[in-house]
Amino acid sequence: MAVLKILVVDDEPGIRSGVARILKNFKVTYPFMDEDYEFEVFEAATGEEGISMIEKDQPDIILLDNKLPGMQGVDVLEYIRNNNLNIVVVMITSYASLDVAVKATHSGATDFIPKPFTPQELKSSIENITKQLYLKRITHRLNEEGKKVRYQFLSVLSHELKAPLNAIEGYLIMMKEKQLGDRIDDYAMPIERSLRRIQGMRTLIMDLLDFTKVRLQRREDRIQPVDLAEVAADSIATVRPYAIQKEVEINLVKKSDATVMADPGDMAIIFNNLVSNAVKYNVVGGKVEITLDSTDDEVIAMFSDTGIGIRPEDMGNLFTEFVRIKRDEIKDVTGSGLGLSIVKKVIDLYKGTINVESETGKGSIFTVRLPKNKN
Amino acid sequence: MNKGDYTVLIADDDPDYLFQTVKALERAGYRVDAVASQAEAEAYIAQHKPDIAIFDLMMENDDSGFILCYKLKKRYPDVPVIIATGVARETGFIFSLDTRNEKEWIKADSYLEKGVRPEQLDNEIMKLLNL
Repeated sequence: MAVLKILVVDDEPGIRSGVARILKNFKVTYPFMDEDYEFEVFEAATGEEGISMIEKDQPDIILLDNKLPGMQGVDVLEYIRNNNLNIVVVMITSYASLDVAVKATHSGATDFIPKPFTPQELKSSIENITKQLYLKRITHRLNEEGKKVRYQFLSVLSHELKAPLNAIEGYLIMMKEKQLGDRIDDYAMPIERSLRRIQGMRTLIMDLLDFTKVRLQRREDRIQPVDLAEVAADSIATVRPYAIQKEVEINLVKKSDATVMADPGDMAIIFNNLVSNAVKYNVVGGKVEITLDSTDDEVIAMFSDTGIGIRPEDMGNLFTEFVRIKRDEIKDVTGSGLGLSIVKKVIDLYKGTINVESETGKGSIFTVRLPKNKN
Repeated sequence: MNKGDYTVLIADDDPDYLFQTVKALERAGYRVDAVASQAEAEAYIAQHKPDIAIFDLMMENDDSGFILCYKLKKRYPDVPVIIATGVARETGFIFSLDTRNEKEWIKADSYLEKGVRPEQLDNEIMKLLNL
């Protein structure tokens, strides 16, 4: 429930209490609003009193009588304009001075209500203004958030792309200036490192492509029954060369049929990332076990490894874009810092969940649950 | 004293940047001690006193460079520190050491963008060591 503050500036006590009474239980709701709006009414009998209350109570809306004992309504309007206050002003005016009201709208008043008004007239005016205010606020907020998120993303991205370029450029300059000697063999390390940084950059770019794909939406036309056992087998085949090199053993355990309505590409993203992580962050000679199971409404995929585990302090940021956990044991592991954030996004798309249990030095278990039907 | 009498401590978690900078500094004639993390740098500082230090800003922590700066200055107030970072321009995390206010909370003596040419780095070091 949101509250808008309304200040009534009018020298007639009847008008002030009338407004307060009419708006006391009035609520503005509209299907697109995420909450209802209610109103709190403040009263001022003169323009001078009105201005001091503007400063004190910071109203969102002012109902302003033009004809006041001292300072006039237009003067209050001018005060608001001169101080760049973000307040919606509605002039209350008698029919006799409609021209004044029209003039007032030229100098900043949003609307005017002719006096005497019925409760319905007041309510409909307030309702319009509320919707206007709501839309203004929501647009403002979305713009700000959108800008911030986009900016943050691009800035970190440019840093992630620039670091490998710097490294490779540095090595090329060393070669150009023959800093390490005259023979090509003197540069084995720089060449090896450059290739590695290029590989890391390629991973990042591939992940970015996944990332933009996922951001868009689920492709309804690609949704079909997908047997997760097949997806798992494909992922295992992809990671196998690396697993052999690290002497990591991968097992697939199928407890029951695990078929889900999904886009096969999306399922591949989940499995490829989680299986390769389980190998990447494992120890030499370690084990990875993928268990598929299902209940009446969901399929469950568990990825357990005997790796280095995740420290409690790193848990919170696990699914955040570009966050790479820094630990001595994994200094040489390349990654974009996008993998798990992509996995999370895909799972969200299917209204599923992902859950992590881990013990430092012992290993981690990632549990993914996906609803069997696409909704 | 010539450059070979000065020890430069450099801390950076990018192994390539570290390797290249170490080479550049050695070619310029300095003695160089390299460490790859904030933790290693802290252990180093506890044992040795370098003549000048170059710290990467973001290592284990987003502000590792500042933390190291603070710890080094507390122990050896006379050792100049350069903060090297690649993050400033991209992240909008812009700071310099131009105003007194900034000098007060950033304990570094100088601040360099990563990717500066080796001569620039050498010049900066010579300036801070009064060579």
